[in-house]
Amino acid sequence: MNIKEIQNLIKFVAKSGATEVKLEMNDVKITIRTGDGHGKGETTIIQQVPNMGIPQPLSQIPVESIPVSTEAASAEEDSKYITVKSPIIGTFYRKSAPDQPSFVEVGDSIKEGDVLCVIEAMKLFNEIESEISGKIIKVLVDDASPVEFDQPLFLVDPS
Amino acid sequence: MFKKILIANRGEIALRVIRTCREMGIKSVAVYSTADAESLHVRFADEAVCIGPPPSNESYLKVSSIMAAAEITNADAIHPGYGFLSENAKFSKLCEEHGIKFIGASADMINRMGDKASAKSTMIEAGVPCVPGSEGVIPDFKTCIKVAKETGYPVMLKASAGGGGKGMRAVWKEEDLQNAWDSARQESKAAFGNDDMYIEKLIEQPRHIEIQIIGDSNGNACHLGERDCSVQRRHQKLTEETPSPFMTDKLRKAMGDAAVKASEYIKYEGAGTVEFLVDKHRNFYFMEMNTRIQVEHPITEQVIIDFDLIKEQIKVAAGIPILGKNYNPKLHSIECRINAEDPYNDFRPCPGKITEFHSPGGHGVRLDTHVYAGYTIPPNYDSMIAKLITTAQTREEAISKMKRALDEFVVEGVKTTIPFHLQLMSDPRYVSGDYTTAFMDDFVMNEPEEEEE
Repeated sequence: MNIKEIQNLIKFVAKSGATEVKLEMNDVKITIRTGDGHGKGETTIIQQVPNMGIPQPLSQIPVESIPVSTEAASAEEDSKYITVKSPIIGTFYRKSAPDQPSFVEVGDSIKEGDVLCVIEAMKLFNEIESEISGKIIKVLVDDASPVEFDQPLFLVDPS
Repeated sequence: MFKKILIANRGEIALRVIRTCREMGIKSVAVYSTADAESLHVRFADEAVCIGPPPSNESYLKVSSIMAAAEITNADAIHPGYGFLSENAKFSKLCEEHGIKFIGASADMINRMGDKASAKSTMIEAGVPCVPGSEGVIPDFKTCIKVAKETGYPVMLKASAGGGGKGMRAVWKEEDLQNAWDSARQESKAAFGNDDMYIEKLIEQPRHIEIQIIGDSNGNACHLGERDCSVQRRHQKLTEETPSPFMTDKLRKAMGDAAVKASEYIKYEGAGTVEFLVDKHRNFYFMEMNTRIQVEHPITEQVIIDFDLIKEQIKVAAGIPILGKNYNPKLHSIECRINAEDPYNDFRPCPGKITEFHSPGGHGVRLDTHVYAGYTIPPNYDSMIAKLITTAQTREEAISKMKRALDEFVVEGVKTTIPFHLQLMSDPRYVSGDYTTAFMDDFVMNEPEEEEE
């Protein structure tokens, strides 16, 4: 198994929503486990390989550098979160002006009516207000990036 | 030439424009409402952005969303298709102000031709024959008698603020004029709060024949022949053909010249259509001008050296001059608009999921469609799902090809107007070529055939 194959396997497992996959083939055993109970959905790799004849590179795979889509894997944890979606198409801004602080940060408590962000369409700045109260879990879009209608913007833990 | 064109439309016309963009090496951007997420135009475009929820006024008609989509995708031109924003002067102006080329008419042009009264007076100035009648509103009954006499009976008394047939009276002789004048004004006042009236000559048994024109930025225009669109139901076209069975070389030359004269007079740029009413004596009168590409444009493409009208639109918008040569139809082409409607139940719309879809094909058959097996037709938009176009060397062959193609065309899961078109292609009046805009008044669907078990 080369690194590319392992990366693809990890992506596949993360997408599948399975929490643990054990794979044994030829002289390689791989176990991939998703989610560690903290709701972050990180994917970790536990390698179990026989001691002889296995090339070093397998143990050199740095976990952080493997790009993994964790969205599906953390779907179970996310199901209790509310996704705030964009009501219009435009450019998403986290602050009212470049020199201002962001409207909300991860961890902030918000209540209904609070402004979460601004979406600009044709030089008109639309303040997007929250329809729920809760806590910002995740910001899904980068500052100053384009968003389309219904695109997920924030993950909120309603309380 | 443009690098990226955003298509501000949906359905088959969006796909049509995307295809030409692809052939020209221009990137295409599709916009879609959430109801159209599975639509073919979304899949075929190079990029696609969701602009809103299903209702048109919150998506395809929402100017700010379309402009925002153009901005975030860096489109340098917008093709509006037909319907929606294609003849919206404000939108055309906005594109201009934002440095995005609107592939259509300028705001000024749209306004001039969009207002019926102003379009007519412009055409009179240009020397294009218009429906004779009063000059503007008639101030009193005395003038009414005078104008009616000058125009020549039969006349149509029409409410200035009117629409939908209200406030209109056909008058065949002077003795009936007083009655018509009083009742029309009363009806108009009640319906529109305004009883201003004007008079137009009543065109007997009119045919709706339109001329396709293209104009460029140098002030040159040319025509690409006519289309006969007389088969209409409640002012909606059902089928079109070119050449018109009623046309003669002399009439085509006269109408073509008039259309070119009109276009050059107003310095029209882009593809457009001048619509005329033609009476039984082959007198023709300007009715209106459409400053956009039309649904039935494919039949023109098929009969004149396989022109790509969308490509021409894009070229003209990019400043490329037209060749300036008029074209007359060399073949015969018919288009049938296939709608998701039940022809046995007053053409009631039938949106829903298409479970089976088998397209007709073969020699002389063209199908412009955005639907496929498994596609769900959303209820929010018009019911047209496909345009079936057949082309042949003679009208008889085009008709028999259409019958053959309609027979091959399988659409299951929704009702379609395929049975209607099959009956139409065998209707003696249609086949004779002798039909006017009154055709559908006397058309009755035959009982559906028994299903074979």
